[in-house]
Amino acid sequence: MLFVFMLASFIGLGVITRVSRLLHTPLMSLTNAISAIAIVGAITVTGVAHGGAGAMPRFSIINFLGAIALFASTVNIVSGFLITDRMLKMFKRQEPTKS
Amino acid sequence: MNAVLTALAAIQATEYAYLVAAGLFILSLYWMNSPQTARRSVLAGVLAMSLAVLGAALDPHIAYWGWMALAIALGFAVGVPLSWVPLTAVPQRTALSHAFGGVAVGLLGTAKFYDWLAIPGELTYFRTTAIVAEVLLGFLTFTGSLMAAGKLQEIKWIPQRPVTYPFQNIGNLALLAVAILCGLALILDPHRFSLLFPVIVLLALAFGVLLVLPIGGADMPTVISLLNSYAGLSAVAVGFVLDNMLLVTAGALDGSSGLILSIIMCRAMNRSFTNVLFGAFGQVQARAGAGEARTAKSETPEGAAQIMEQASLVVIVPGYGMAVAQAQHRVKELYDLLTRRGIDVRFAIHPVAGRMPGHMNVLLAESEIPYDKLIEMDEINHDLPQADVVLVIGANDVVNPAARHDKSSPIYGMPIIDADKARTCFAIKRSMNPGFAGIENELYFADRTYMLFGDAKAVVGELVKGLSGNSGGH
Repeated sequence: MLFVFMLASFIGLGVITRVSRLLHTPLMSLTNAISAIAIVGAITVTGVAHGGAGAMPRFSIINFLGAIALFASTVNIVSGFLITDRMLKMFKRQEPTKS
Repeated sequence: MNAVLTALAAIQATEYAYLVAAGLFILSLYWMNSPQTARRSVLAGVLAMSLAVLGAALDPHIAYWGWMALAIALGFAVGVPLSWVPLTAVPQRTALSHAFGGVAVGLLGTAKFYDWLAIPGELTYFRTTAIVAEVLLGFLTFTGSLMAAGKLQEIKWIPQRPVTYPFQNIGNLALLAVAILCGLALILDPHRFSLLFPVIVLLALAFGVLLVLPIGGADMPTVISLLNSYAGLSAVAVGFVLDNMLLVTAGALDGSSGLILSIIMCRAMNRSFTNVLFGAFGQVQARAGAGEARTAKSETPEGAAQIMEQASLVVIVPGYGMAVAQAQHRVKELYDLLTRRGIDVRFAIHPVAGRMPGHMNVLLAESEIPYDKLIEMDEINHDLPQADVVLVIGANDVVNPAARHDKSSPIYGMPIIDADKARTCFAIKRSMNPGFAGIENELYFADRTYMLFGDAKAVVGELVKGLSGNSGGH
């Protein structure tokens, strides 16, 4: 696991240093959306019945905390990707296409 | 038997979905290296995220679909409008989004802690360590980002200027140390010390506030990048807690992205991390020597327009003042008028201009200025001695020549845009008040500098008027 973390960090460092400085703001909103990958955890915590073996499975406070996390992650994913796309659209224009 | 097989197949499918998603996230960031391919990034990111969500939803143990649907629907209801904010508000939105990320991660950690606390043997050293890291990072990112967002939005009851008090740094560090000690106790025996868990949460929340309190607007780009990095690292911690490789990978990508941006920002200000975090900028400028009153020359927009007309190379240096005045569309008009006369117009972008990395680029791109005219500091500095006119719009510290030679200046050593090397310099400014860092700008008193006093939007508008008024005569 730590191994994966290390490798992914190196890939991240390698890839990010090449990102054009023009795009640092969209980059940040994109990584915002990507870090909302915690949604995967939120889904498990919200959806699965908790409590020890034999306990009555019911929707507990744990599930509820998960649901708030799920909400917050969804906000980040939706707004992060939408606003990144909105910004990147603006960078499309180039000299030759102008009148 | 059949049910077991289906469950196994689902687990396999989840693994594959995660694998592809991780690959797509890397591609997504890779495509950000040029504006031409960048829109593919979003596509790859959305695809990866959808795969990840589908993969997670394949879990056969999921029971509460209704609650999940509700949470996701509410997330859409808030998230979609949040993406419509004006581009000048993007720094606030980003900070707010870090706060959402932080609270999500913090709550997940809390939920897993109490979930496992009920079952003996589940809270291993490894898991508890990861949970403590997750909760600390998550909640401090939450309050820290809320503070940053509040400062950027200029909410009244959050002080804009850096707030400092005696023993601030020692106090903050002590707080962090106490939180870490509590964490250690919890790791050693989670059941006996379980009451310490809420204490850690509270300490992390308080630390987030205190960390951002002494930080001023000019340091915001660094702080936002740093919080971005924390948000990523906290996702990594969630990955460790839930034993999920995809979370670790995506979180690490995000964490390294934030780290690199913070380093770039720090370098652009010639300051170290610790200096940004622990040395409030507002404190330094109790300087002598400001006693001798120097006068700056001022010029009318009409006069400036006439000089610009004769130029062959005009360099525009935008700063936060342009964003505040929402002047970018007027700047585009000015750009069009000058370009139409065959004048070469370029924009000099300092890495820390504005309130977040790349802030100026986005604003100028919004006003439809072609991005190949937006030039980085190091490159444009070669052109500046040949520039006939430099027009500084709401930038201050990033063009202050004192950074090059005045060792007593707090910004000494910071790389700057050499606006003073151009033949003529016009600086648009509301008044002679020093900028955010509270430092007097030598550029304004230089022989070749003329001030254009007024709101950036209004002054650029008058420049435009001056230029278009003359066009009939030629």
